[in-house]
Amino acid sequence: MHLLRFLTAGSVDDGKSTLIGRLLYDSKAVSHDILHAIERQTRNKANGEIDLSLLTDGLRAEREQGITIDVAYKYFHTPKRKFIIADAPGHIQYTRNMVTGASNSDLIIILIDARQGVVEQTHRHSLVAKLMGIPHLVVAINKMDLLGFDEQTYYRIAADYQRLMEKLGIENATFIPISALNGDNIVETSANMLWYEGPTILQHLETVEVENSQEHPELDARLPVQWVIRPGTDELHDYRGYAGSLRSGSLKTGDRIRVLPGGQISSIKSIEIGQQEIPEAHAPQAVVVQLEDDIDISRGDTLVLAQDYSPAVTQDLEADLCWMHERDLRVGDRYLLRHNSTSVRAVVKEIRHRVNVHTFEHEQVESLGLNDIAQVRLRTSKPIVFDAYQRNRATGGFILVNETSFDTVAAGMLHEWIAEPLAQADFAI
Amino acid sequence: MDYLDHLEAQAIHILREVAGQFERPALLFSGGKDSITLVKLAEKAFRPGKFPFPLVHIDTGHNFREVLEYRDQLAAQLGEKLIVRKVEDTIKRQRLQDGTGKFPSRNALQTYTLLETIEEFEFDACIGGARRDEEKARAKERIFSIRDEFGAWDPKRQRPELWDLYNGAIRKGENVRVFPISNWTELDVWNYIRREKIELPSIYFSHERECVLTPGGQLLAVTEHIHLDDTDTRVNRSVRFRTVGDATCTAAVESPATSLEDIIQEIIQTKISERGATRLDDRASEAAMEDRKKNGYF
Repeated sequence: MHLLRFLTAGSVDDGKSTLIGRLLYDSKAVSHDILHAIERQTRNKANGEIDLSLLTDGLRAEREQGITIDVAYKYFHTPKRKFIIADAPGHIQYTRNMVTGASNSDLIIILIDARQGVVEQTHRHSLVAKLMGIPHLVVAINKMDLLGFDEQTYYRIAADYQRLMEKLGIENATFIPISALNGDNIVETSANMLWYEGPTILQHLETVEVENSQEHPELDARLPVQWVIRPGTDELHDYRGYAGSLRSGSLKTGDRIRVLPGGQISSIKSIEIGQQEIPEAHAPQAVVVQLEDDIDISRGDTLVLAQDYSPAVTQDLEADLCWMHERDLRVGDRYLLRHNSTSVRAVVKEIRHRVNVHTFEHEQVESLGLNDIAQVRLRTSKPIVFDAYQRNRATGGFILVNETSFDTVAAGMLHEWIAEPLAQADFAI
Repeated sequence: MDYLDHLEAQAIHILREVAGQFERPALLFSGGKDSITLVKLAEKAFRPGKFPFPLVHIDTGHNFREVLEYRDQLAAQLGEKLIVRKVEDTIKRQRLQDGTGKFPSRNALQTYTLLETIEEFEFDACIGGARRDEEKARAKERIFSIRDEFGAWDPKRQRPELWDLYNGAIRKGENVRVFPISNWTELDVWNYIRREKIELPSIYFSHERECVLTPGGQLLAVTEHIHLDDTDTRVNRSVRFRTVGDATCTAAVESPATSLEDIIQEIIQTKISERGATRLDDRASEAAMEDRKKNGYF
């Protein structure tokens, strides 16, 4: 059985929580005792029938204010697939939460209120989807019941959205007309919209080709070392295992590898999972690798195939940044940059521009505030080993950490790096 | 790849991040299925080396005998260090009020012992087997959950957690609770136990036991830790435990399930959640778990 991780994006009144509640309820993922608790709360609020949104709003403040503040993770399965939902709030002040939920998602459902059509926040949600490189996009046009399930409205909104896709360079989307409140086209095909012949939300989730975000066979092997296993016992005196998760690609016994950023060459003696030797490992497996040669490798180093020159190794970075903290970012600020299994210091060299999340226009700014999205240039204290985020989500993302509070203050998506001929010569075999 | 392989890989990745990022981590071991699963994952993460952390058991004194036996046997078999700290001792030392009434719970008191133990050994990270599907406040908690010097969780000050990048940097006095199986459901844990042929304490399987019917209609094992009188109805039933915690607040469920296969079938068909079926302590209010976590609970 495969796993699909998805995110829902919508605003307070778009029916996002209702949609998730409906998926959980109709796929029977909600236990009786939890339903009873919700019935009790719904009565407390005195607003009639069961409020499915209460299934997702877990914190006291959320229930009191009737809004989702934080990302919540929900789980359900059908006979075909297991699902993890990242339920993120839709309002602009929670863009960072949406970015967080998007970082691990294979699919995003963008909700549009059929009465409103494509609005400002649809622009922002779509920008985040594009920026975060989510492979699959579903546009769910909700509240069709309030418009008499009108076919023309649906097509008009879909056409509007396609113009937005062009603007952002989004290539594919699946459009589904729904009513989350009544369950139309959520699990069962709606009898109210016979003009729509596509899948329901659940049918689509169950069948969409999952190219799991961490399983790109065409990408080359990246194994950042997290931990070195040295038992130091008599019988395993010389054992040295490099433990880490294969972020992309695959490795097999006998492969010639190169250690980055150092550049040493060796070959793979064995690959193990749970002390069982396996001939070949694939992303995202967590493995232990032994090498033929005794070379100095520690946490933070990355193993790649010896003939693969595609990973960038540099201290000068260009990236899209989502700023996530109340205290603003300025040129010259210093942070800790965490990427794969390494942590280095970084300084902000330039804010190229901020992206207006509603018009996508580039704006010149002196500083970045909470929820801003911008393109920046950074320099790190040591070279880091990465791939451009839009090519490889597993090795192109980083976070910035405040050096004194240790708060996570930004998410970054690295851009392509053009290798200098000289730099590559340094790593020649 | 099967979804269990994905969940396993993520959990191993998280355990290795703990090893790489912290000076003095610990694995909180209760003898329940979730922490037993963690131990299995730690073996996959660090063997043939030693674990880079000890196992720590916060002993409420209200444990099931079978679970304590299992704990000692497992620690011996693993050859890893086991630290046991008793709630009983904390109650004396800090002059705390022990649980009262018929079913005196030490669930809340565990927090005091946990914080004492963290201070004693200067643990900077405590790995636990909590899962997000257990409870809706937990559904909001990060995998690396930062706690202040009182162990308190502040849901409004959580750090964003992106991709597989975990930020374990903390200030003096703070510590981190780490939940490697956050994304597992109850059913995932059982399926994994079956796949990996993990041995469990016997009380997870159906057995005859003398129980008492609680006012809430749940079956609580008759042990020396609860105080019964003539008004209580004692019954002999075939039961198993769906979750294993304090004997005074963890109810049994009636079940004929004697194998992992039977248990998995039962869980697929059950209509009641794990905590709903078995925990007496979550029913207090809608936000019972959120409130306990804000006070330093796991």
